[in-house]
Amino acid sequence: MELSGLPLVTGPDLVAARTQMGLSLGWHIIVACLGVGMPAITLLAEWRGHRTGDVRYRLLARRWAKAMGVLFAVGAVSGTILSFEMGLLWPGLMGVYGEVIGLPFSLEGIAFFIEAIFLGIYLYSWDRLPPVPHLLSGVPIVLAGVASAFFVVTANAWMQQPTGFDTRNGRIIAVAPWAAMFNPATPPQTTHMILAAFMVAGFAMASVYAVAMLRGRRDAYHRLGLLLPLTVAAIVTPVQIGVGDWAARFVAENQPVKLAAMEGVFETQRGAPLHVGGIAIDGQLRYALKIPRGLSLLAHGDPDAVIVGLNQTPKADWPPINIVHLAFQAMVAMGFALLLLAVWLAVSWLRRREPPSSPWFLRAVAVSGLAAVIALEAGWIVTEVGRQPWIVYGVLRTSQAVNPAPGLVWGFVLVTLVYLVLTVATVYVLRRLARDQPVPIAPQEPDVTGFKVT
Amino acid sequence: MLPEIMIVVLWIGLTAYALFAGADFGGGIWDLLAGRSAAGRPQRELVEHSIGPVWEANHVWLIFVIVLMWTGIPSVFAAVASTLYIPLTLVALGIIARGSAFAFRKVSTRLWQQRLFGAAFAFSSLVTPYFLGTAAGAVASRRVPPGIAEGNLVTSWNNPTSIIAGLLAVGVTAYLAAVFLTRDAQRLGRHDLAEAFRRRALITGCLVGLLSAAGLIVLWLDAPRLLTELTTGRALPLLVLSVVSGLASLPLLWRRAYLAVRLTAALAVVGLLWGWGVGQYPELLPGVTLDRAAATETVLAATLGALAIGALLVVPSLWWLYRTSQRGHSPS
Ligand code: HDD
Ligand code: HEM
Ligand code: HEM
Repeated sequence: MELSGLPLVTGPDLVAARTQMGLSLGWHIIVACLGVGMPAITLLAEWRGHRTGDVRYRLLARRWAKAMGVLFAVGAVSGTILSFEMGLLWPGLMGVYGEVIGLPFSLEGIAFFIEAIFLGIYLYSWDRLPPVPHLLSGVPIVLAGVASAFFVVTANAWMQQPTGFDTRNGRIIAVAPWAAMFNPATPPQTTHMILAAFMVAGFAMASVYAVAMLRGRRDAYHRLGLLLPLTVAAIVTPVQIGVGDWAARFVAENQPVKLAAMEGVFETQRGAPLHVGGIAIDGQLRYALKIPRGLSLLAHGDPDAVIVGLNQTPKADWPPINIVHLAFQAMVAMGFALLLLAVWLAVSWLRRREPPSSPWFLRAVAVSGLAAVIALEAGWIVTEVGRQPWIVYGVLRTSQAVNPAPGLVWGFVLVTLVYLVLTVATVYVLRRLARDQPVPIAPQEPDVTGFKVT
Repeated sequence: MLPEIMIVVLWIGLTAYALFAGADFGGGIWDLLAGRSAAGRPQRELVEHSIGPVWEANHVWLIFVIVLMWTGIPSVFAAVASTLYIPLTLVALGIIARGSAFAFRKVSTRLWQQRLFGAAFAFSSLVTPYFLGTAAGAVASRRVPPGIAEGNLVTSWNNPTSIIAGLLAVGVTAYLAAVFLTRDAQRLGRHDLAEAFRRRALITGCLVGLLSAAGLIVLWLDAPRLLTELTTGRALPLLVLSVVSGLASLPLLWRRAYLAVRLTAALAVVGLLWGWGVGQYPELLPGVTLDRAAATETVLAATLGALAIGALLVVPSLWWLYRTSQRGHSPS
């Protein structure tokens, strides 16, 4: 396969392909985060239940496991679509560089096997295995979930910092697959992603119970259901903000155009200010709150450091500035809002061994899941849209990678419709699961009616 | 040597997908044909009970095959995916509908929901193998040229060979499922269900046999080169194995040797798949041999090494999963 021979595709088909990829990834990532984070939190509950004999923990674990059954199925199919789309939409990428990023995907395949196998055992053998072996059968699910998040993000990191291959005349002549996988962007990106998964899962699970408590179900069972996942997420949040800072420094060093877009820096300058809010109009960032020298300090640890502006890059190679800038602001805002929530919980706990009793606390927890998801999606928009117009940064353009076949727009319409239906059905089924009172004997066996939770 | 090992591993993955996930698809087809809600309930429960714990693991074989394709033979992957993007998009959508509807139905408690999700599950179980089959037919009949989107977007998978391959894929999955379910029902002590599925296995077995015979005629007219590859040289023993096992399955079914027929039914599929692979080797696409398409040695070595180590983890776990799920208690 020759690079030079690839046609350039522009127009509606390219837009459709990009939107379709963004839609399916943005959908998958939510379920995938629950797939990474939920098993760990569920096992924690099951373990507490086993240790203390507290039936509420055991009920919570079974409840969550039942939801996991649904979420994993949806995660598996939405992930499969992604593997198809890598070829259907981006043959120009996969046909040449597929082998360079193949290794992490193969490793991910192993992780998927482990995950699916032990999920089958864990969910279906609740009553057939003694408690401890059953608990242990859940551990590989956690490990494999974290591992698959790691592997797939290394592939994405490679798209940001392509290393580990040699080309001659547009053909790949040598590949160092391990070097490609452990490229410079791998450490910050994978860490940031895995922590994000735990935040999303923890806050989202806690949200469900906060809503129930706001509706008046304030029994001990709901309190535990709120506290356990919320504690996990609250512990992760400050760490995540530190890692986010690391990610930002990395971008500043290695993808200056993306950083300039994130911060709306048009002119190269020394001692650049940090912009809060604002919108880019006609080559200028308007209405932003400026914190003098903030950006130079944060990005390079030196208030007088030089920040490369967009003017160093031809306009044709700019990513969409406003999208990247606003997405970055949204992620940071959500991150700090969630940090406040975590601090509130911690202070109250240290003082009184009790979560805050204010209804505003419950209201805040009720929206925290949404906030974490917004941060997650916004972060990916920064990463992926900020990389444009490159699909492989500095190496291959998105327009060279897309499938030149006509009619991608129709595929996009069809896929969007299917995702719409899938979203409605998933939300509906999960809500039913959360509302139905009876608790199942084993998560995947028919419900036992009349079993009261409270 | 590494490219050959890689392609063999890929074909093992494809075979595993055809056998295990194929039977899961077939289960969905029988779900579709099980009849009205009340009358069909025991059969649907048997299907659900048999595939519930294993379908996700079985499904991973497909991901394995896709990933190994883009790692091991990237340009072939790109050519296949871009030319066949219409049927493959439909496959992808079918997979979404099937997996999620199956999980949704399981946790639904109302009849209308179970019906709705059940219908989506069953219908996509029928459609998905058909389009996968047409894609296989397109590659086998040399209708996917190298290069990106170089083939005809419509006729590459709408032609006699593709259509017969699609129908055969549907028939084979239904047949495999009926054979597997017969034994499952017997083990659970549901002899009525075992009899019902035995009858279905016999009927679909005959239909698939007729379809295969028709397929040879279609190949003779539409893809003579493929027919020659299948019926001469290296591929012939495998084709014979497939035909003989297929034929032997029928008397075994008749005599209720359900365990033995599992083996022969599987061998019939294995023979066909490997006959195709061996017959076409070393050419993957018209004018593209394995050696030209294969990834660099370092990639193949790293990937195969990783997979070998992974297999040490996966194979015992899979065995444990099948053990625990086969030991299971009866459907309520
Ligand atoms: C719960 C989720 C969440 C939260 C609270 C934050 N992030 Fe984030 N961020 C993500 C979730 C995320 C992510 C998982 O969506 C991304 C996309 C790609 C990646 O590796 O992580 C991301 C990417 C990402 C990038 C781009 C990396 C790249 O393009 O290579 C930067 C610079 C930051 N983040 C910085 C931050 C900062 C300074 C935060 C402090 C408040 C922050 N993030 C909070
Ligand atoms: C799961 C979280 C992710 C989200 C939400 C996400 C989001 C997006 C978005 C919005 C786009 C479109 C960008 C544009 O055209 O402006 C995109 C493109 C793309 N992403 Fe991601 N991405 C994610 C992870 C990944 C990973 C892990 C990979 C690969 C291993 C990946 C590969 C791609 C590819 C190939 C494209 C298409 C080419 C392009 O537009 O540059 N993405 N993604
Ligand atoms: C940052 C991005 C991603 C993360 C963290 C992630 C993580 C996960 C996790 C944990 C699962 C397991 C099951 C579940 O979801 O509940 C999963 C499933 C899957 N993902 Fe993703 N994923 C990401 C992006 C992608 C991309 C870009 C692809 C493909 C190109 C992909 C392909 C798959 C596949 C094929 C499955 C199904 C596996 C199975 O059958 O069990 N994922 N993903």
